Amino acid sequence: MKPVINESGIEIRARYGAEDVERSGGLDFIGDPGQYPFVRGIHPLMYRHRPYTMRQYTGFGNPADTNRRFQYLIENGQTGLNVAFDLPTQCGLDSDDPLAAGEVGRVGMAVDTLADFEVAFDGIDLDRITVSLTVNGAAPQLIAMYLAMAEKRGYDVAKLRGTAQNDILKEFIGRGTWIYPVEPSVKLVGDTIEYCARHAPKYSPVSVCGYHIRESGANPAQEMAYAFAIAKAYADEALARGLDIDEFAGRLSFNFNVFGNLFEQVAKFRAGRGLWAKIVKEHYGAKKPESGWLRMIAGGGGGGLTYEQPEVNIVRGAYYALIAALSGAQTMALCCYDEAYTIPTEYAQRISLRTMQLLIEEMGLADTADPLGGSWYVETLTNDMRRKMEETMAEVDAAGGIVRLVAEGAIQAKVSAQAYRMQRAIESGEFRKVGVNCYRSEAAEEHEVQLHPYKDEDARRQVRSLEEIRLKRSSHEVPEALSKIRAAAETGANVMPAVVEAVKAYATVGEITQALAGVYGRFREPVRF
Amino acid sequence: MNRPIKVVLAKPGLDGHDQGAKVVARALMDAGMEVIYTGLRQTPEAVARIAQDEDADVIALSSMAGSHVPFCEKLKPLLERAGLGDKLWVIGGNLPKQDHDRLKALGFRGIFPSSSRLDDIVGFVREHVR
Repeated sequence: MKPVINESGIEIRARYGAEDVERSGGLDFIGDPGQYPFVRGIHPLMYRHRPYTMRQYTGFGNPADTNRRFQYLIENGQTGLNVAFDLPTQCGLDSDDPLAAGEVGRVGMAVDTLADFEVAFDGIDLDRITVSLTVNGAAPQLIAMYLAMAEKRGYDVAKLRGTAQNDILKEFIGRGTWIYPVEPSVKLVGDTIEYCARHAPKYSPVSVCGYHIRESGANPAQEMAYAFAIAKAYADEALARGLDIDEFAGRLSFNFNVFGNLFEQVAKFRAGRGLWAKIVKEHYGAKKPESGWLRMIAGGGGGGLTYEQPEVNIVRGAYYALIAALSGAQTMALCCYDEAYTIPTEYAQRISLRTMQLLIEEMGLADTADPLGGSWYVETLTNDMRRKMEETMAEVDAAGGIVRLVAEGAIQAKVSAQAYRMQRAIESGEFRKVGVNCYRSEAAEEHEVQLHPYKDEDARRQVRSLEEIRLKRSSHEVPEALSKIRAAAETGANVMPAVVEAVKAYATVGEITQALAGVYGRFREPVRF
Repeated sequence: MNRPIKVVLAKPGLDGHDQGAKVVARALMDAGMEVIYTGLRQTPEAVARIAQDEDADVIALSSMAGSHVPFCEKLKPLLERAGLGDKLWVIGGNLPKQDHDRLKALGFRGIFPSSSRLDDIVGFVREHVR
């Protein structure tokens, strides 16, 4: 019999029984749903209490274009927003920066000032629809803009919910929207955690992403282990500010991937929930149970979708949604079937939204907590996966810690070597991908994928509105606020109060970035193979 | 050619998706080529300068975020001015079919959209490099 070994390196038996569960560690480290260590879910009633939030990654063109798509998705039953920003915004550049040419509004919404947030969220009830901002390098500015926009509209910031991705360490591993060197970048994450803990305690300032590390070549166990190592680095930074673990740990959230073997992913999430709860309780001494909740967005799975036979990606997406629902994800977002071609069209987004809805409405996925719990296979695999994650975390610690390994490019080199081996395994047919290395349609596949259009005029309008704001805003407030940012950065103080003041004066994303980069410098990428 | 084929592989513009670029770099190195991988965020000027400084035989771009056409329009005259007009220019990534003719017209002889095979890329470079 040919051995079956999952991507995380665990050999899968042809059958599982109670003795396998015992041998792997038993059921002692599971608990009931809503009970430490939360392997079976963070809430006793799970989706009976609240179904997963549906939050497709959305944004393009200028803020008015994106606002229309937001309204469309909300009308179609979406319950949260997940904002995509264009690359200039994510990299801290204004829309009229020469380096932004050709990229304004292309893969996300362009944002230069607070005025853009005012337009983007116009007419959206921020109590009912929670907003997640997918931004990392420029997160201080955009978190500040979100809080300022909400405050201007009369919301109490102390009660405001929402999330920023703001996980800069994974940007150095994959995704690449870093700006400053590694150390000041981590310091800025600490600034946002500290600022939110004190001023916006319901806001989740960080969503730690295993997702992109997996996309870059990590296996599922490494995905979780590296994410936890990164989350610990941010927690250590926040503790160094004098915060108590229970003041912020409950607002840390996570973002994970779902492509690959279904059972391996479900076990990964169950094991990850237990491991994170244990770290927060035993390593950090948290007293509040919710401090150790692994609250997560799961879905996506772009790395599993294929260019070949794109309509089959609709089916893959449905299974990915099933995995996320079986795993107890708090929030779901799916990559659309046209992912390998374009940013999604309205049509593609509606299909993803319907996919998530039908699991709740027709398939009974919201009826009971942890439906796979008690399966000998899933329980054994959960124990095995936790052990793999712990081994990987111990390796990271032994090699000097995650911050150092990322700064040196070591994690990048490791996952990239794995990505290369996986690509070779796919091309040789050893690792099966339907439509790619088996069941191909050789008859010169005509891919009928409608492409999302890019309009240069939208970018020009964005630049014009930026020019108007520069003329209209107060001529002394912005320079004063920017010099306060520089002063805070130079003395090592928290820059967030000054950043908030600057965005309220309509300072631009680029101006604030330049003020910070003037003190911190800019990251130089270590290229290692 | 006595020395190994020398490839400058660049990530143009602000796109941070480098998994594919690094996979292709490894494939080219495994095939015995010398690869200078630039890392992220290269301007057209930087790509032309690095290719000239390195005396590259092949200029390769990897673009996943849709700005390949405006980037290549700026890069073409810079490469020509740097005396690299007769080198092999190739591009891979998320490249919709409707853009392939434009990229060819701009001088990119090898176009490798998502789903291209590593051996095909390696084979094409070997065959077409002068």
